[in-house]
Amino acid sequence: MPVNPKAKLVEKILDLKSLEQKPTRDGYGLGLVQAGDENPDVAALCADLTESTRTEAFAKKYPERFVEMGVAEQNMASVAAGMSLVGKIPYITSYAMFSPGRNWEQMRTTICYNDANVKIIGSHAGVSVGPDGATHQAIEDIAITRPIPNMRVFAPCDAHEAKKITYAISKVYGPCYARFAREKTPVFTTEETPFEIGKAQVFWMEPGRPSIGGSGQAKPDVAIIACGPLLHNAILAAAELEKEGVTVRVLNAVSIKPMDEETIIQSAKDAGSVVTVEEHQVSGGMGSAVAEVLVKNYPVPMEFIGVQNRFGESGLPNELVDHFGMGVKHIVAAAKRVVTRK
Amino acid sequence: MSHLHEDKIKFLEETANTIRQDVIEMVVNAGSGHVAGPLDMADIFTALYFHVLKHDSKNPDWPERDRLVLSNGHICPVRYAAMARAGYFPVEELKTLRKFGTRLQGHPHRTALPGVETTSGPLGSGLSQAVGMAIAAKMDKKSFNIYCLMSDGEQEAGQTWEAAMLAGKLKLDNLTALIDRNNIQIDGMTEDIMPLEPLRQKYEAFNWHVLEINGHNFEEIVNAYETAHAIYEKPVLIIAHTVAGKGVDFMEFQYPWHSKTFKPEEVTESLRQLRTLGGKIKGEHQ
Repeated sequence: MPVNPKAKLVEKILDLKSLEQKPTRDGYGLGLVQAGDENPDVAALCADLTESTRTEAFAKKYPERFVEMGVAEQNMASVAAGMSLVGKIPYITSYAMFSPGRNWEQMRTTICYNDANVKIIGSHAGVSVGPDGATHQAIEDIAITRPIPNMRVFAPCDAHEAKKITYAISKVYGPCYARFAREKTPVFTTEETPFEIGKAQVFWMEPGRPSIGGSGQAKPDVAIIACGPLLHNAILAAAELEKEGVTVRVLNAVSIKPMDEETIIQSAKDAGSVVTVEEHQVSGGMGSAVAEVLVKNYPVPMEFIGVQNRFGESGLPNELVDHFGMGVKHIVAAAKRVVTRK
Repeated sequence: MSHLHEDKIKFLEETANTIRQDVIEMVVNAGSGHVAGPLDMADIFTALYFHVLKHDSKNPDWPERDRLVLSNGHICPVRYAAMARAGYFPVEELKTLRKFGTRLQGHPHRTALPGVETTSGPLGSGLSQAVGMAIAAKMDKKSFNIYCLMSDGEQEAGQTWEAAMLAGKLKLDNLTALIDRNNIQIDGMTEDIMPLEPLRQKYEAFNWHVLEINGHNFEEIVNAYETAHAIYEKPVLIIAHTVAGKGVDFMEFQYPWHSKTFKPEEVTESLRQLRTLGGKIKGEHQ
């Protein structure tokens, strides 16, 4: 099975039943405590969602470094900016729909333009929020954070990666946005899986290539670039495609900004076609960011898996992922389609 | 109660007058910008930079300095003028206001000019940032004070009240906010656009201690800040009653001067009035 050994993923990655299921927000909660253990300047603010965002563990361990804001996300963004200007590293936490959704201008002016060292934690991103419906399903958050100067944007694929990101952003100065999900999803990376800001790791490799940047004796038919928990769907799709004779390389685009342009361009060159996969509007999201890089450097046919200019709705997470065209079968179909366009 | 010596008051009045002239010259030279607010806040900025603030113009990043957060960033010409006169940068640089490559951006930008504590302009977010600074200072048991200056118009912004609520909840007694109560905003008089009164009672209901002063009287300004230092367990709000366009008769009380541009004869007349002011703006101590 062509899982990239260097990615150090779990062994039975295709066996959904055997995989541990955990929401990425849990990883955030652990990462925040880890960051707080190490650095006394790490602080947390939350807008009346302390338990469900998983900020609770930090708030209990370090009550003197936690501020309960009440339902006031705009204030939260600017208060955090002020705290950071006196040396704190504040994490502001709410649902992504409200932060960075409701407080966009405060985020732009008082965090990003102000170059404040604030970490914006958007929980409950994507349609997989489920029964709460469209009002609580943030699927535009990448699009509104990505264009702001000074901002970094991340979408972790599982609870392990969520923890790593949460910790890693405490170590870099400047505004960061990280999106997390409510729903339990497969844990398929491990503690050992490499993570670096600005790097796209290869999780699935086409056969016949010992490593990326190697001799190039074999080329994949298609590159799938995915972020967030849907990355696991992309891997399941790759396995199916391989059975049908379509070779695939799957990249983890967790670091949406800064983006690993070099790895993405190389994969476009090797594969000649790209499918992007994200639980977000296709407009302005990670796929758009990939397209911006490729159009300028190495244009290839692309397909975009994501929400197509619609609002979400109530339902079960898997039902909704399927309904909005982000299931394994949709990724397989998009891959086959894009290959014919080469 | 005031400890201000007569000579100090005279010095402050003269400095404020110089800063008013700076403001008019800056805005005229820039070809755009706001006038009424900067003129009416000249006395308060002078009192802050030349008496109240613990600061060092030669070491603007001094960690123990008091923080002065200007929320209504559009009145920045008066802050820039006061900073220049206080020695932060050469007075000559005031001419660069709003010009390409300047450190004196049309609305103040933190990373452009040392000594500017926050980026501001969009109204209603300054109090939040000041509250954040006060929270962080308390976490670190720091003794410096946080001062926030706001316009009355931005009391219409919901975020201001989110911040006021949090400051009251956390009993931020290291925070003193001041509202420039000049009663004007872009579209007209505040009480016509969106009535703010009873403003004092609103803040009191949010668990603030509120003082009201004549914003052109140095004794009252300084006394209010001294009183604020002696109030524990509550943040303090100073409502400073000011006259928009203070110092130039045809601007006073006139809301169109919020951001009006000057005709040449208006420039001459403004500066003439200020240069011959001879203590027209006097504290009521006399």
